[in-house]
Amino acid sequence: MKLRAMQVLVAALIAVGVGSSDAEYGDVVLNKRSEKEGVAPVIFPHWFHRIRYRCKVCHSELGFVMRAGSNQVLMSDIAAGKFCGACHNGQIAWSTEHCELCHSGRPGLPTGRIQGGHETLGPGRW
Amino acid sequence: MRARFWLSVAAVLVAGGGLAAADSVIRKWKPVTADELHDPQNPAVPRLQNPAEALSVLPPANAGNQVDWVKALRDGKIQPRTHIDSNTPLRILDSEVIMTRTGDMPYVRFPHRAHTEWLDCSNCHDALFASKIGATPITMLAILQGEYCGRCHGAVSFPLTECARCHNTPKAAAGAVPRRAP
Repeated sequence: MKLRAMQVLVAALIAVGVGSSDAEYGDVVLNKRSEKEGVAPVIFPHWFHRIRYRCKVCHSELGFVMRAGSNQVLMSDIAAGKFCGACHNGQIAWSTEHCELCHSGRPGLPTGRIQGGHETLGPGRW
Repeated sequence: MRARFWLSVAAVLVAGGGLAAADSVIRKWKPVTADELHDPQNPAVPRLQNPAEALSVLPPANAGNQVDWVKALRDGKIQPRTHIDSNTPLRILDSEVIMTRTGDMPYVRFPHRAHTEWLDCSNCHDALFASKIGATPITMLAILQGEYCGRCHGAVSFPLTECARCHNTPKAAAGAVPRRAP
């Protein structure tokens, strides 16, 4: 009985999290400042980056907190080689001159969301 | 005549079964131009790599990115860099922890190795999980709300619909279960 109740609860919570988005699992929208500053929101694809880097590189060495929306990522920091700028410097990955490759989101996207994609949006707050 | 009829029925069933099996492993990913996030008006978007190009060649999984990332790494299908700063090497830990407060569900066997192949110890310890076994009050409800394991599972690593990938260890019929497996 307890198991049944838990299964129903889990199913309900997952269902709440399931959205209609077609975004790839783990994609993050960064729009805390982008549109206010006159550029498109950033779409960060986890899948693309984890093919090339272990999680620890960004989430330990570069200091990205593991919670979408928790990081204060400023262009001035990136230009100084912090956060994305550790690689996006024209040597490892494209430089910040290619604004539109990162600032590629649709207008009006809510910031800090991590996208679910295939099976679940991931319930709760990310 | 009758034998031929049954033979053709069997052939259809086998063919159908084959198709169904093939269907179950066909994976599809939306192109970036149609994912509801990227702006199709942005002329740079078609230059971005599509998930299908990169992910279709990696070992399959049912959910999330539809990729078994742990297997992809172990099989050498991907070679993600371990560090930028050479003072922060990968720290692999090979122990496992059996989590026994799982209600009516099978126990959870937590593999440190699969996690430390990707993450640093400091990503989990001691902010998300105390290092002492049993000292962290993990609940499924909190995980579903994005805490503990749910920081990553349900967000970037395989989602919480995959119960059996964590709840993978049947309870022992009797007697104590070692909390730390060899």
